[in-house]
Amino acid sequence: MNSVPKNYRWRKFVDQLMRGSTVLATGCAVIPLVAIIAYVFTLGAAALSGDFFTQAYVPPGTVEMADTADATEPAFDPEDPFAGIGLDTVSEYDGSQPAAPAANPDDLFAGIGFTETVNVDTSMPSESDLYSAGPQGGVLHGIIGTLIIAGLGLLMALPIGIFTGIYLSEYRMQRFATTVRFCVDVLSGSPSIIAGVVIYVLVVIPTQRFSAIAGSMSLAILMIPIVTRTTEEMLKLVPDSMREAARGLGAPTWYSTFTVVLPAALPGIVTGVMLSFARGAGETAPLILTVLGSNIISTALLEPMASLPLLTYRYTESPYPGENTLAWGAAFVLMMLVLTMNILVRIATRNRAGAGR
Amino acid sequence: MAKQPQVDSWSSGNTLLQHGDVPFRFGTVVLAGSVVALVFVMAIIMVMASAEARTAFGFDVLTGQEWNPVETELAPPTFGAWPAVRGTLLSALVAVLVATPLALGIGIFLAELCPPRLSVALSFLVELLAAIPSVIYGVWGVFVFVPLFNDAFSKPVSQTVGDYIPWLAGPVATGRGILVTGIIMAIMILPTIASLTRDVLRLVPNTQREAMLAVGATRWETIWLAVVPYARAGIIGAVMLGLGRALGETMAATMLIGNSQRISESLFAPATTAASLVANELTNSVSSLHESALITVALALFGITLILNFGARLLIWYVDRRMAGGRS
Repeated sequence: MNSVPKNYRWRKFVDQLMRGSTVLATGCAVIPLVAIIAYVFTLGAAALSGDFFTQAYVPPGTVEMADTADATEPAFDPEDPFAGIGLDTVSEYDGSQPAAPAANPDDLFAGIGFTETVNVDTSMPSESDLYSAGPQGGVLHGIIGTLIIAGLGLLMALPIGIFTGIYLSEYRMQRFATTVRFCVDVLSGSPSIIAGVVIYVLVVIPTQRFSAIAGSMSLAILMIPIVTRTTEEMLKLVPDSMREAARGLGAPTWYSTFTVVLPAALPGIVTGVMLSFARGAGETAPLILTVLGSNIISTALLEPMASLPLLTYRYTESPYPGENTLAWGAAFVLMMLVLTMNILVRIATRNRAGAGR
Repeated sequence: MAKQPQVDSWSSGNTLLQHGDVPFRFGTVVLAGSVVALVFVMAIIMVMASAEARTAFGFDVLTGQEWNPVETELAPPTFGAWPAVRGTLLSALVAVLVATPLALGIGIFLAELCPPRLSVALSFLVELLAAIPSVIYGVWGVFVFVPLFNDAFSKPVSQTVGDYIPWLAGPVATGRGILVTGIIMAIMILPTIASLTRDVLRLVPNTQREAMLAVGATRWETIWLAVVPYARAGIIGAVMLGLGRALGETMAATMLIGNSQRISESLFAPATTAASLVANELTNSVSSLHESALITVALALFGITLILNFGARLLIWYVDRRMAGGRS
């Protein structure tokens, strides 16, 4: 027998090749990540301006009104780019005065479902101007809307999620716990659009209106499994000796849970809550079916509301480059939110995991 | 008899504190039960709301070729979501085919080859991919990836081999279609598969590796012949979870697939998926039958992802159990 097998070089070559290709595969995952972050940051930063954080939707071409009063393209109607969602409001301009850039009264119904046909004046800006204009207005309405919708969703998901997590961890031996765990898996595995469909059937159709609260409900469905999972995992990390010590002092289960076990697991639970907020804030599909979107700054919970992911989606589909830039801007804000949350969570859990073990 | 000192309330047996356990337990059970109830309500709501279309068309809602919600003088509305079902299956298939080898490579690299410190950092980066909202993938896909892919791959390929292989036939118009959607979805499901693969590979007992190395195998042979097969069930489970995510992915599909009801053999041609069909049409459905047909499509999606998730959990649980036994 040879001391060095005949095919040794071949085997060594395969070894190097395959080990190299695993490095390559990892690169294939990191490259799009870096590319996406880089694009969102550079193109998104271009959209950031004073107006971006302080203004709501401004119809394209509104500001150029005065300059292009002699433009002759009556056929073009500057439809609200939210056209796909069921209503177009064509603002009535009287040509002499530029329309106010802020929410104009005709736009109040934008996003709700009326089609208001108003005669179109000849003083529209020319099409080419519309298509070359920079971004106008901002996404303040989206930021406010996202915070409200996701925040409210979190409020709904928190009690259910945390108590279900407590149940799964503290009463883990019960048979019902298996059923609960399975249902949590079903919730976390089902596509986000399903949450939207269910709330659409359950809330939007009976009440005959799209509303922020319906959006919060659909997000809550998506947040519950995340909060439950983290709560359960974090409570399980609390050593049993702590429970036993509390029990040894005579504390009943509920007392030891609230005063000993939960506080010990709190940092971990908070990270889970933050992650679920980030997840909810980034969800788009259920919101399309439940809150619809809006062009104005609205805090009414029973009305349609704007939200950042919805704006990102609508502005991406918009034909106006100015609005496409806003899409990158909205994506930038979303990305910042998600990255901040994730990095904070990372820092928090690293310290805790290091201390715990 | 000396009066016993009054100890703090909880040890004295019958205070409110001591009885707190009953309502506490009741409360947690009720709230945990509400999650179970929620799942049942979701299923029942969708079954009920889809009844009209299911009784009218039966399985044709999913397999019928024609989706025509608007009633005309010539034809009644027909609801056959096969174009959407086909688009869903094909784009998810592309996603899984692209993502699986890459994710396997990443999982192997992170679990077996990479220095631990680097592994932690890389794992974080890969998992960050999962945290990015899908609408951002959509924006990036629409403005960056599609034009790039169009010029670099779709157009040259459809003009050269496209004449012989109908899958790759042109014309490539906007570039939106099944293939780009599948590739973007692959990026999105990569972290799911990769991190689960890494986790199951780490569970493989060291004796497997040591035995293989002891008989003179190279690192790669050890991994490929002793470690990966041991974790095979778990890896299949991870791929199934990824498939489930790809099937249900809504935003990237809606923005990138082109939303066309026409069935075309070419992967470059626009198509539609079940999720994007629902997202696009449910809020402006023209009749209750239309609405009900869309909910049937959603129900089918829910059912498929449910089965996939359940199967995947079973497989991963099985690996977990077996390895827990092996480590003892």
